Amino acid sequence: MTNASTTPGIAPGRLPAHEIAGNFGDLHPPLDTHEALVAADRCYFCFDAPCMEACPTEIDIPLFIRQISTGTPEAAARTIFEQNILGGMCARVCPTETLCEEACVRMEAEGKPVEIGLLQRHATDTLMARNEHPFERAAPTGKRIAVVGAGPAGLSCAHRLAMKGHDVVIYDARPKPGGLNEYGIAAYKSTADFAQKEVDWLLRIGGITVETGRALGAGLDLAALQDDFDAVFLGIGLAGVNALRAEGSERAGVEDAVDFISALRQAADMGTLPVGRNVVVIGGGMTAVDAAVQSKLLGAENVTIAYRRAADRMGASQFERDLATSKGVRILTGVMPVAVHGNGAATEIELEYTVETDGRLAGTGESFRIPADQVFRAIGQTLHGAPEGLELDGGKIRVDTAGRTSVAGVWAGGDCASGGEDLTVTAVAEGRDAAEDIHATLMAR
Amino acid sequence: MADLTSDFLGIKSPNPFWLASAPPTDKEYNVRRAFEAGWGGVVWKTLGEEGPPVVNVNGPRYGAIWGADRRLLGLNNIELITDRDLHRNLEEIRRVKADYPDRAIIVSIMVPCEEESWKAILPLVEETGADGIELNFGCPHGMSERGMGSAVGQVPEYIQMVTEWCKKYYSKPVIVKLTPNITDIRKPAAAAKAGGADAVSLINTINSITHVDLDLMAPEPTIDGKGSHGGYCGPAVKPIALSMVSEIARSPETRGMPISGIGGVTTWRDAAEFMVLGAGNVQVCTAAMTYGFKVVQEMISGLSQWMDEKGYASTSDFVGKAVPNVTDWQYLNLNYVTKARIDQDACIKCGRCYAACEDTSHQAIAMNPGRVFEVIDEECVACNLCVNVCPVEDCITMVELDKGETDPRTGREVGDYANWTTHPNNPASRTAAE
Repeated sequence: MTNASTTPGIAPGRLPAHEIAGNFGDLHPPLDTHEALVAADRCYFCFDAPCMEACPTEIDIPLFIRQISTGTPEAAARTIFEQNILGGMCARVCPTETLCEEACVRMEAEGKPVEIGLLQRHATDTLMARNEHPFERAAPTGKRIAVVGAGPAGLSCAHRLAMKGHDVVIYDARPKPGGLNEYGIAAYKSTADFAQKEVDWLLRIGGITVETGRALGAGLDLAALQDDFDAVFLGIGLAGVNALRAEGSERAGVEDAVDFISALRQAADMGTLPVGRNVVVIGGGMTAVDAAVQSKLLGAENVTIAYRRAADRMGASQFERDLATSKGVRILTGVMPVAVHGNGAATEIELEYTVETDGRLAGTGESFRIPADQVFRAIGQTLHGAPEGLELDGGKIRVDTAGRTSVAGVWAGGDCASGGEDLTVTAVAEGRDAAEDIHATLMAR
Repeated sequence: MADLTSDFLGIKSPNPFWLASAPPTDKEYNVRRAFEAGWGGVVWKTLGEEGPPVVNVNGPRYGAIWGADRRLLGLNNIELITDRDLHRNLEEIRRVKADYPDRAIIVSIMVPCEEESWKAILPLVEETGADGIELNFGCPHGMSERGMGSAVGQVPEYIQMVTEWCKKYYSKPVIVKLTPNITDIRKPAAAAKAGGADAVSLINTINSITHVDLDLMAPEPTIDGKGSHGGYCGPAVKPIALSMVSEIARSPETRGMPISGIGGVTTWRDAAEFMVLGAGNVQVCTAAMTYGFKVVQEMISGLSQWMDEKGYASTSDFVGKAVPNVTDWQYLNLNYVTKARIDQDACIKCGRCYAACEDTSHQAIAMNPGRVFEVIDEECVACNLCVNVCPVEDCITMVELDKGETDPRTGREVGDYANWTTHPNNPASRTAAE
């Protein structure tokens, strides 16, 4: 180690290698069998369970927990995978505190939900460790479907279609499949290359071909796909990043949080990743927290999240905010960036206090500066590279509840499509449901 | 602090908590530890006749069932009576009794059903200075195949005969330990009384198979691929034991006979329940085997606190106090009408009451928008199942309708006490009326 937390500027290796490795271990270590039995026993097996309703993929949570409690985690995993083929990743990355676990009746009873996420991980890990794929393909239908985007929506859609007996080709712009599971999630949530292992496991259903390095507008076009295939599903995500409207935002050191997060996930050695001594993350969502926490874990001395509205408006959940502060991240709310200062590279950021009146946000005119040699933009992603001719809705591809776009034969789901929260689990649900509709449509012809 | 001193058949002990005849009381070392921990008395593990002692299996002796977090709920045992030399046991009993004169030591005995066998062993036991004997007519495994244990306890005539021998050859109190593996527990109790027994103790363990190993296709505990039924004990058997104790306490033939209550006593409350149903004291085994001898400290403090709160100065103040309220079904008040009430503030909206009532009972709970569960009085028969399945204590309660109120289910006014014996639907009652 040549550097320290206090090394000026942006530098790699601020902490000893073993410390960095420890920092990026599993955020929630998996439950062992006994822990899982104890946790499972707390489930009341509610009637028409609220947790199920809160799950975008509507996993039968009471049933799978009961299956764990009776010593059949493999059956539990099957219950999960029938609804959510990426149940392994969702168990790791779902904001359960705002979904199933928030709805758990034990929250009302004692403020401590059944640990549904950890139990789901226990079940799915158990089955995946057996190196078996739980589903078989139906007889071939002869139909071919193109799926654009190998993220959660595309993978979920492709798997369900393959199960139904269709042949699927998935195209993805990146070198590896997985989408945000591979490139967009904090490293401590998906350790040990889980995203790629999960993709490999998913593909064992058969009938799915993955072509990476293929993007719409760069060798692929929708019209050609429509000609070549019986149906097209778009799960292209949000590839654009919102710009920072602040003076000096072109300075060196001002970067997109998603690029930083992606680089972290792809790094073979975290110690080689440069990070600022003073890091400021602009934004209030999960991406902001992921970037801030990981900056701290890499050894940044001071990490600040600057969010323009009040804390309760942040996209990041209370759990995520608590995680950030527990790692030493400072969260400033009610401040917006007005300028990035520096002599060439960034050295300071100037933040202005804000006031919100009737939902409209304005600066108060009072500002202050804090040191900032690295500034991450985490102020939202936008649809980028959507094909011409598709109707949009609020900046996303407009779809109906079955995932149908305005163009016949073209479905869409995940972050790129209208409706639903931008969550992995929502993308999985949308991909799955679109697959069901594609299947019904094609088989009715 | 309440006085926990117990006088059972004239045998004094500082508290009513005795260790039952079982593995924890097999030898001096354990019994000394038990007394140091605070147990009021022990029933020494059953002695057999002189000569080579019995042998035990060399594989597992216990099986179990568990509740949440592997909480042990029921234990099953195939261990036999003591497998140590008779004289060694007698010498240890003598030593321990001499060192702990304030504690009760009862000696459990099981010898063949012949007068000579009892005549031979009883003087030896008498010499130890122990406070009494307990006749093991209960063990359901192993020894019963040799005509002892529950094989005797299942034949009232044998019970009476052996009890008479014991009273003849032994001067101190004789307690007859009963097996629950019988249709009517009152019969052996009456036989013990007829034979002159000073008390009965019950229950011994219940014939049981706790599990079947689905790979070996054999009962557990499995000994080289085979299993044998064992004796079931622990918290799971308490309801059975309570009922049997109460039957003896209220039967005209055995009423007033001292009872030592046994069967799943784990806490002070369990002990109090046995005692208000007529047990003069209690014997404990599984709780000690699960948690160690220290558990008696909770039993002592808990019973003492409860007695203070209720104003009971001594245990005799409450022994048998609930017996008058144990009755036959036919005398239950059919004009006692209650309805389930759900406390909406306490409800956590799990819906278990709804599932139970809708699927398996009387469709008397409505599931309203927002997961609001409400009782439909027109359908509620007050079965109490919703109360039992609700995970929140006191969230659902049974509220009594006042006299004169109309039961919306039957359309009838709540009247005075009336039971089945006079009910118009009772054929016996109709005949009487004609």
